[in-house]
Amino acid sequence: MQLPIYFDYASTTPVDPRVVTKMQECLSIDGNFGNPASRSHAFGWKAEEATEEARLNVARLVNCDPREIVWTSGATESDNLAIKGSARFNKGKGNHIITSKVEHKAVLDSCRQLEREGFVISYLDPGSNGIVTPAMVSSEITDQTILVSLMHINNEIGVINDIESIGKITREKGIIFHVDAAQSTGKLPIDLSQLDVDLMSFSAHKTYGPKGIGALYARRKPRVRLEAQIHGGGHERGMRSGTLATHQIVGMGEAFRIAKEDMIQDNKRIKSLRDKFWDGLNDMEEVYLNGDREHRAAGFLNVSFNYVEGESLIMALKDIAVSSGSACTSASLEPSYVLRAIGLKDELAHSSIRFAIGRFTTDEEVEYTIGLVRDAVGKLRELSPLWDMYKDGVDLDTIEWSTS
Amino acid sequence: MAYSKKVIDKFEKTLQEPEKHHVGRWDPSESDIGTGMVGAPACGDVMRLQIKCERRNNSHVISDVKFKTYGCGSAIASSSELVDMLKGKTLEEAKEIKNQDIVDALELPAIKIHCSVLAEDSIHQAIKDYESKI
Repeated sequence: MQLPIYFDYASTTPVDPRVVTKMQECLSIDGNFGNPASRSHAFGWKAEEATEEARLNVARLVNCDPREIVWTSGATESDNLAIKGSARFNKGKGNHIITSKVEHKAVLDSCRQLEREGFVISYLDPGSNGIVTPAMVSSEITDQTILVSLMHINNEIGVINDIESIGKITREKGIIFHVDAAQSTGKLPIDLSQLDVDLMSFSAHKTYGPKGIGALYARRKPRVRLEAQIHGGGHERGMRSGTLATHQIVGMGEAFRIAKEDMIQDNKRIKSLRDKFWDGLNDMEEVYLNGDREHRAAGFLNVSFNYVEGESLIMALKDIAVSSGSACTSASLEPSYVLRAIGLKDELAHSSIRFAIGRFTTDEEVEYTIGLVRDAVGKLRELSPLWDMYKDGVDLDTIEWSTS
Repeated sequence: MAYSKKVIDKFEKTLQEPEKHHVGRWDPSESDIGTGMVGAPACGDVMRLQIKCERRNNSHVISDVKFKTYGCGSAIASSSELVDMLKGKTLEEAKEIKNQDIVDALELPAIKIHCSVLAEDSIHQAIKDYESKI
């Protein structure tokens, strides 16, 4: 077993070796280095063939027409293009957009920008399980609503929104439905021929592909119209200009092909590791699992260790790579906005750790980490005045804290 | 977060050998104990510092110290560093300790200065509590 151990697969994933091989073939003089937009010679044709094969592989994973896939630089750009592109194109129809408080910053910041342009945004509060329900969406819809943007799987707690039911509502009302699926490719089956989703964002690097490449699904029937955000040459049917990055695209295609092939097996294994991990922790005192227990993607384990601050726990777990909702691990010094939005008290948000399990996680790594976590939490609690008070039966909510 | 080696060392040693680093508590009602508790759980750090004092000639001397801290790595390291500075000092000398002394000793990054401020507050409170008893 090699140290440090990677438990941050929701942040990014290593590129699968099979993907690396494919990408390497698209770089040098003896490889497929041409510009896919070059129509006058074989180098261009061959490169185009490779990017189109990749497009087909992406389309197959989510069961759509390859012509509905637009290459972007990643899910952030896809979210920007979907939200700003569709809102600006449709501003004649209305100015109201619905999203939620637990979306990724790529969605929230795009919405903030639209607010500055005069759009009105409703930010839904999810339930305490982290899920945004169809009823919550329904109740916010007005005759001005042009777009609903929600994530498929939440990147912090892994809970799954019911995009099938929400899509039925938006489709009936003629509202565009955008889904950020950066976390869900390879983790959940997605069938766009059955879903009433109009726009869907994808990222390669969350699914064992390279960073710097993503895609946006833009439905053809009924056709969703977008205002391009990047101009210069009219690539990708005018929706996203710029020379196609053959090696990146081929990498994403291969990663998504593998995801389709391995999804069922991968997830079965990952889920059993996650359950084992949680079984190893949940008998500890004052330990809480964040987010819905059932409607949750396989690899996610977001846990609050009460009376222990998350950053100090990460430091004590120095051989383990994880993320925390603690303020001290964020540049803003604010605890996780996702955990706060689901109603977690600030101290439990400070105490949270996200263990994200993935394709290369082993049984041995999980067992080793359970031991390490139990030991570190125990030691930090010995150091914690709050743990003392809890053990003495003091209700911390009744204390007047002096803050400087 | 790029911590200095000093913060990491202090944090790890305190965690591994808590007794040696004065982790613990005394009954705060004892007459020779001064207790200071600062911070708030919602803010992510709480420090509890206790000093044990004895009268020597005309002054009061800190003969022993105990602490517990809930907080980030630098909050724990800052309290532990403060504890090292306190032992054997008179109350007058202890009052002179400034947060900057802790910042310098641990090479705290700018974003973590508040940990040192909290540590300074904790000794002032502890002294105040002790002085209220004499």
